[in-house]
Amino acid sequence: MSRREVSFTVNGAAHTVSVYPMERLLDVLRCELGLTGTKEGCGEGECGSCSVLMNGQLVNSCLVPVLQAQGATIGTIEGLAGESGLHPVQQAFLKCGGAQCGICTPGMVMATVHLLGHTPAPTMEQVREGLGGNLCRCTGYTRIFNAVLEAAGSQK
Amino acid sequence: MRARPSEYELVAPGSLPAVLELLASEPGSWMPIAGGTELMVQYGAGKLGARKLVSLWGLPELRSIESTAQEVLIGAGCTYTDLRNDPVVAREFPLLARAASWTGSIANQNRGTLGGNIVNGSPAGDSLPALLVYEAELVLASARGTRRVPYIEFHTGYKQTKLAPDEVIRTIALQPRFAAYHAYSRKVGTRNAQAIAKLCLAGLAKTSGNKIEDVRLAIGSMAVTPVRLRKTEENLLGREWSGALISEARQALESEVAPIDDIRSSALYRLHVAGNLLQEFLEGLFA
Repeated sequence: MSRREVSFTVNGAAHTVSVYPMERLLDVLRCELGLTGTKEGCGEGECGSCSVLMNGQLVNSCLVPVLQAQGATIGTIEGLAGESGLHPVQQAFLKCGGAQCGICTPGMVMATVHLLGHTPAPTMEQVREGLGGNLCRCTGYTRIFNAVLEAAGSQK
Repeated sequence: MRARPSEYELVAPGSLPAVLELLASEPGSWMPIAGGTELMVQYGAGKLGARKLVSLWGLPELRSIESTAQEVLIGAGCTYTDLRNDPVVAREFPLLARAASWTGSIANQNRGTLGGNIVNGSPAGDSLPALLVYEAELVLASARGTRRVPYIEFHTGYKQTKLAPDEVIRTIALQPRFAAYHAYSRKVGTRNAQAIAKLCLAGLAKTSGNKIEDVRLAIGSMAVTPVRLRKTEENLLGREWSGALISEARQALESEVAPIDDIRSSALYRLHVAGNLLQEFLEGLFA
């Protein structure tokens, strides 16, 4: 099979890459664009470490063939912090100790950004559901969920 | 072993007619892929047999939910998120909305599609018992035209369906006549998010006083396909609430199912829990 060109926008910048159409969006982000903030955990859509936003929707980038991202707007962890510093969600994770080994953290943060995008003041139940597809083997989740609530409070 | 991307072809013709043309040109050689929540898992593990895939993702023809005078027509490419957000689905088919809400995670709900769940044909598919009790019909499309198949006849065996090699599911058609029914469903799994069901029961019933006037029951993860529980329904139909009702209904259920043993649960557990769920449904009916 042959490579073909696929174009999309990542964190506001237009990219055209020459790829095999079944390459996983995860691998293209990491290997072609050098955006290694997005992690691979399970590689089968169970753990959420590879979460990114595609056209505003939270997706597992390990399950997206790159051809399906043609024309899409992608958001990754690298796109959150601005010139003025960390994104409020990142700031809240830092303040609440919502990270330990760090592998799940980019996915947790992206899931939080997605959740707060449509539910700015979530209940704990909504936080649990919004981050239900993101597994963490270190923290026991309490500090992560507290960070989400903290971030929601700081956005008010 | 990881799959090698160079060994796979994926095309996105961009419209349903173009997809159907491609499927018709080489029947059986092209595998449709929608949100990838099933096929990309197999692909990632190097276990995807198909080498030529055609993308259905984002086709507008498959992504709408429309109401006609008689039916609600759900495009097969609607995601679980689409189903959760649709007011007509919430009002008329709450069991479907609920099943969508407990399928996978939010990220999987944003990509997994109702048509994909049906074609995949897993006995554990979360939306499938709901489609059985609502008596869904499937509109199958090919370059030859369209045809309708009652959903209950669609699965012919474990992961076997009536879909022809050149066909895709275009629409899931549902009749909005169950809004007044008591609706029950419960999924039993290892955790709330992401778990694949050990068992899932969906039930609809209409009562008048203490009498069961109509009842529909379907169960997932029990047999090699999701199944409608006709004998249990017959046992309950027209009956009035009594102390014996539950035990007799449980016996009817046990007599009509042949539970599977698999990695997620044992036959004995499934049989016992199925009876418990049936009991919970009946107790809720007369509470």
